[in-house]
Amino acid sequence: MTKKLKILIDWILLAGSTLLVCLILGVILWDIFSKGMSSISWDFVSQFPTHGMTQGGILPAIIGTFLLTIITTLFAMPLGVACAVYLNEYASPSLLTNIIRASIRNLAGIPSIIYGLFGLALFVQSLKLGTSVLSAGLTLGLLSLPYIITTTEEALKRIPNSMREATLGLGATQFETIKDVVLPRALPGILTGVILTISRAAGETAPILFTGVAFYINGITLSLDQEFMALPYHLYMLSTQHHAIEQVRPLAYGTAVVLIALVFLLNMVAFYIRFKHRSQQDV
Amino acid sequence: MSDSKLSAQGLNLFFGKKQVLKNISISFKKNQVTALIGPSGCGKSTLLRTFNRMHDLSPDARIEGLIKLDELNIYDKKIQVTEIRKRIGMVFQKPNPLPKSIYENMEYALKIHNFPKQEIPALIENALKESYLWDEVKDELNKPAVQLSGGQQQRLCIARTVVLRPEIILMDEPCSALDPISTSKIEELIVRLKKDYTIVIVTHNMQQAQRISDDVAFMYLGELMEFDICNNIFKNPKNELTKNYVGGHFG
Ligand SMILES: Nc1ncnc2c1ncn2[C@@H]1O[C@H](COP(=O)(O)OP(=O)(O)OP(=O)(O)O)[C@@H](O)[C@H]1O
Ligand SMILES: [Mg+2]
Repeated sequence: MTKKLKILIDWILLAGSTLLVCLILGVILWDIFSKGMSSISWDFVSQFPTHGMTQGGILPAIIGTFLLTIITTLFAMPLGVACAVYLNEYASPSLLTNIIRASIRNLAGIPSIIYGLFGLALFVQSLKLGTSVLSAGLTLGLLSLPYIITTTEEALKRIPNSMREATLGLGATQFETIKDVVLPRALPGILTGVILTISRAAGETAPILFTGVAFYINGITLSLDQEFMALPYHLYMLSTQHHAIEQVRPLAYGTAVVLIALVFLLNMVAFYIRFKHRSQQDV
Repeated sequence: MSDSKLSAQGLNLFFGKKQVLKNISISFKKNQVTALIGPSGCGKSTLLRTFNRMHDLSPDARIEGLIKLDELNIYDKKIQVTEIRKRIGMVFQKPNPLPKSIYENMEYALKIHNFPKQEIPALIENALKESYLWDEVKDELNKPAVQLSGGQQQRLCIARTVVLRPEIILMDEPCSALDPISTSKIEELIVRLKKDYTIVIVTHNMQQAQRISDDVAFMYLGELMEFDICNNIFKNPKNELTKNYVGGHFG
């Protein structure tokens, strides 16, 4: 009797926790969408802000975030994948590689505002890139690197050794084996990790705060040495820094909806890649 | 021995502190099939993989002793390991075609060794014929190799090795994942191939060893217990352990 009761209580605790988490998520989403959907329109995503940002759209912030994301990916993906390949395929297990791995894990735990400060010191000042979308993208890249390295290493670990032996046994070099067999097989896993990491980075405010994001710019510029607007910062600014906070509330919620939709879209792409890969493996 | 193609002298192999091969000296004769037999874990695969330097990738493996291909020390620092693996091919327990088409699997082996482009199609056709696979696949060379049956995949792996014209082919239980019909096809193939190649094969199947091998080496706990012509090992073993093993009393 008591045992049955105990099992029941355990179940209620576990199921209840899950339910609670889903409920919180649901409430957050409902809150944002109910308050933000009224501002969503084609004009909202295709127009510049007007009248001191109390009206108009958020086009420059969308473009800024896209540009930023592309720079981050171009910087962090090749570097992170190369690093993971080195660690997993070349480096023999030793104290040094263990230290490197531990450092990478620790990097993932550093608060993002510290990356912002570091980016300011390194890219903006030392490398003289100025406050620009390039500096901000590189800073976000640094932030993303530990995650990309870790997920890529995991994807590489899932490739069975028999695949490597197939080509090595034919006299292929280790580099040929990695290029022709290991990376193509690991690509879906790598891409999933990269996309999830980048979608997280796209929502960051702190690292871009000191390195290039702007309150407002007029005119769309795609040049890398210019300041830019970004969705998360725009949202932060509308909700805390604006002179007419109450008036722009719907715009802030609208921006949040767009940001969430963007992140959701990236996650769906990652999900699709994983799904497609899984069904391919069954063949 | 003058007709020795591949030989090991005083071979010791350690994984970390654990010694897996103990003072093994053996020589494989040219154009013969030598079977390596012995209970699970005795070091057959480990021994086989020393011959094409597959242990190079395990950082904790340490090898002592000398392995010679003809007069060449294959662990010589000046020798490219890729060259060794071209001359000493390997077929694995589980068929492992690349996730590419049948043709591309064959082509890949030739491409990495920079064979002239115009020679490639004829070489591929020859090797597939030599491996008894041509008639089954000639109309669907662009089909993904993983869609072949297990036995066909294994013959493709053999063809992919043969296309490089190696001198030696190492096989690690090549039939253990296959049905009896596929197995007999591969056995037939092995016997045919020994005209041109020297073959070393690991097997757990005593009937198979008797059917296809000329020499047999019996290993036990990392040591080479007995090495003799096939008939002697099975009909007239000198070592008590060999007798018990081939008689099916343990292992
Ligand atoms: N990479 C490795 N690291 C440590 N020990 C290993 C490694 N590979 C093999 N061994 C050990 O070496 C011994 C011999 O293994 P091996 O695979 O050569 O046996 P085998 O004779 O091929 O057995 P089986 O018939 O089951 O294939 C085993 O005890 C195994 O645990
Ligand atoms: Mg084995």
